[in-house]
Amino acid sequence: MKEKENTGREFNPLKHRMVPNHEILSEDEVKNLLSEYNVEKEQLPKIRAIDPTVAAAKAKVGDVMRITRESKTAGIAYYYRMVIA
Amino acid sequence: MVIATPKRIKQIRFGLISPKEFRKMSVTRIITADTYDDDGFPIEMGLMDTRLGVIDPGLRCKTCGGRAGECPGHFGHIELVAPVMHVGFAKLIRKILRATCRNCGALLLDPTQKKETVEKIRVLKKMGQSIEDVVNEVFKDARKAGKCQYCNEEQREIKFEKPTTFIEDGHKLMPTDIRSRLEKMTDEDIEVIGMDSKNARPEWIILTVLAVPPVTMRPSITLESGQRSEDDLTHKLVDIIRINQRFQENREAGAPQLIIEDLWELLQYHITTFIDNAVSGVPPARHRSGRPLKTLSQRLKGKEGRFRGSLSGKRVNFSARTVISPDPNLGMHEVGVPLAIAKELTITLYVTPRNINEVREYVRRGPDNHPGANYIVRADGRRLRITDKNSNELADLVELGWKVDRQMKDGDVILFNRQPSLHRMSIMAHEVKVLPHKTFRLNPAVCPPYNADFDGDEMNMHVPQTEDARAEAKILMHVRENIISPRFGGPIIGGIHDHISGLFLLTNSKDKINKDDALELLAKSEIWELPEPAGKEDGKPYWNGKQIFSQILPKGLDLEFKAEICEQCDTCKGADCENDAYVVIKDGVLEKGSIDEKAVGAFKSVILDKLIKEFNTALACKFIDDATRLSIRGIMRSGFSFGINDEYVPADAQNQINETLNMATDKVEKLILAYEAGELEQLPGRTIRETLEMEIMKELSRARDATGDIAGRHLGMDNSAVIMAKSGARGSMLNLTQMAACVGQQAVRGERIQRGYAGRTLSHFDKGDLGAQAHGFVKASYKGGLSPTEYFFHAIGGREGLVDTAVRTSQSGYLQRRLVNALQDLEVQFDGTVRDTRNMIIQFKFGEDGINPMNSDFSKTDAVKRIIDSVTGVKE
Repeated sequence: MKEKENTGREFNPLKHRMVPNHEILSEDEVKNLLSEYNVEKEQLPKIRAIDPTVAAAKAKVGDVMRITRESKTAGIAYYYRMVIA
Repeated sequence: MVIATPKRIKQIRFGLISPKEFRKMSVTRIITADTYDDDGFPIEMGLMDTRLGVIDPGLRCKTCGGRAGECPGHFGHIELVAPVMHVGFAKLIRKILRATCRNCGALLLDPTQKKETVEKIRVLKKMGQSIEDVVNEVFKDARKAGKCQYCNEEQREIKFEKPTTFIEDGHKLMPTDIRSRLEKMTDEDIEVIGMDSKNARPEWIILTVLAVPPVTMRPSITLESGQRSEDDLTHKLVDIIRINQRFQENREAGAPQLIIEDLWELLQYHITTFIDNAVSGVPPARHRSGRPLKTLSQRLKGKEGRFRGSLSGKRVNFSARTVISPDPNLGMHEVGVPLAIAKELTITLYVTPRNINEVREYVRRGPDNHPGANYIVRADGRRLRITDKNSNELADLVELGWKVDRQMKDGDVILFNRQPSLHRMSIMAHEVKVLPHKTFRLNPAVCPPYNADFDGDEMNMHVPQTEDARAEAKILMHVRENIISPRFGGPIIGGIHDHISGLFLLTNSKDKINKDDALELLAKSEIWELPEPAGKEDGKPYWNGKQIFSQILPKGLDLEFKAEICEQCDTCKGADCENDAYVVIKDGVLEKGSIDEKAVGAFKSVILDKLIKEFNTALACKFIDDATRLSIRGIMRSGFSFGINDEYVPADAQNQINETLNMATDKVEKLILAYEAGELEQLPGRTIRETLEMEIMKELSRARDATGDIAGRHLGMDNSAVIMAKSGARGSMLNLTQMAACVGQQAVRGERIQRGYAGRTLSHFDKGDLGAQAHGFVKASYKGGLSPTEYFFHAIGGREGLVDTAVRTSQSGYLQRRLVNALQDLEVQFDGTVRDTRNMIIQFKFGEDGINPMNSDFSKTDAVKRIIDSVTGVKE
């Protein structure tokens, strides 16, 4: 497959108003997260690397993303997903 | 019984069994179709050989030495004289035959594509995904090859005739031919078509050996006449062995090819039906009586099959089922159990020093003298039936450590269930009340959670057998604990129908109630003292309905809310409401307002909600019992009925209605004229025709509502239908409109009725008539009676409703099943996360807010406001 030329005008899903904010957690944040819930990384929900938001956030396989959603019940809700191949 | 620690299944491997493996797992070859000899003993190497396991008590299995019940059974085998195809895999055979060379057996693809495909399959398998698409691609490509690129053999067309015949160029392929072709396939090629050469070589689909299932899975039964009746599978195996023998004899005798082929086909038929007796194109094998045999597939498939019928769900002991009927005198947490059922169902008592005398009394009463006992289990495990005759004798024998099966009696906790069990309130724990007659009795207030009515509904009862189970039922499943539904955080149990009408009549009227009547109303609630009378008339004190109702409210209850009868005025006058629709309760006294659905109804009751959340469930339970009893007395005070004369509207009202309808039809005519003249203003996104339809529908529904208003004005609050509709007890004002004023437009798929004859709905109308009457507008009321054409339109519209409900229930049922299967093992953990059984996180906080919907005040977050209100004493 040929690499697409970077024109700087591609569609960025993260900017879409219906896509919640995705950000990559730093190593420390991941450590805190895992200890908070007392889990291994593998027990987190997954997100595929081909997901457009993953590409847009420039996340790599093994990264953990924090998704900040607007919630009808809780106002703001955080969700964490690990990027997998 | 020893229960080992549960183990986790790591993997399951599916594959085909090779002939070698069949022989290896077989304990004996079966050569004779006979089962038992003249003395009734199993014949060796026959279908009932004792090496295959035993079913008769007294005999021992020759393989494992186990007695009947201990021996799990062992497989045998039949050597087939000629190979036969397995029906279940015929389609796969077709694909493989068409994709491989008829000469060298090579897969008809070039080596590079093979390599690529293998790589793809490996990747997909590693990711645990389906390889189906890739494999199908292989079959599709390989079939296109006209010539084998490895041996230059010209490929021929292979026709497949269901279920098991293959024809190549008009020449029938025998299973031997097919098998030899498949044998030629290399392990590499097998991998390309997605199979595993170690686990499932394609030629194993052609059976040369047939496994004979152990006798334990095809037990014969002895009839009263002493005759043995064999299992369907045994019958089928007998057929297979007979044909197999005949085949061999004929072949050895050098019979003509034609006869051999016939026998071969017959053998194929028997083995096909042995595996699946419902293959299309094959006449099902039948029993002598004409009943189709239940063979292997039939045992597993479908609702009554092994999976859905014996593993996911099975029949249970300690349960009862019968018709339900109402009994408002029972508490809502009780259930009336017929005496006959109470005598049959038992609870096991363990004899201890504390209860030995009590237990002896049960035993002494015997099985016929309720509440008695049915069985005794001695310390050595022997079970003795208690009879009339031995009851006294056994009662004296009872010792510590024995167990006694006591009959069910009043106060026992049981589980009560009505299918479909769609939510957790479909199974609740009730307390038993043994009653005469043959139906389960329940308080009508618990109908909503079960979705039950009394038009012939049946319900099931289960008796928990251990102390733990009873405790769990009582603490978690008791009706009391389930008044609030976790679905919307409000009460799902509450007053229905007459309960609402009754309390509404009582609290909304200016009726003066004298002392005798007041006490009678409250007698069932066991309230014997009355408050200060509201006034005196002729020297005698009287009370009003609000005071009577206040007696069943607990002290300390403060509440203000708008009742169901509230007309949503622009500016609410609050407590001064002239409709008496603003309810004010202070310290358990109803000061203002009428009690209706909003106050006591199931799904809506504000009072119950408050009682549970600020007082306790027992109090709420008592309130429901009191309220329902009071309401029944209340409704009986004045009597409450509805008949066809209650739909009567006076002549001048009828004239107004007719006039409104005529004006509407005139308006419709005008719309049609405008449309035909092309003057109709088009709505955005609609064609002119659609615009016309929408305008007509709008006009007609407006007219129908207008007639309803006219009728409603003339049928005042003294009309029982109006009382029921307004108070929320039953029915709506729309129902009333249809009965008294005008039924209105009949619709199919939300549009006026268009179908019927060419250009018109019925032959009573002109072609192209767009008028209201010609497309299903029903001017008449149900009371006035429909005209013949109206009647037809009404039937058309009604039919759609019936079809819709039928389709909706089946669809939502399946949706529910899929959801439940997907979510059943998820659990909210102590840290608030939702996890599955592998401890994977599904949600980081249950419902994103971690709130139990049961405690959420009709799905709104009212709790904080309520606390502030209660502290400051300020409302809203």
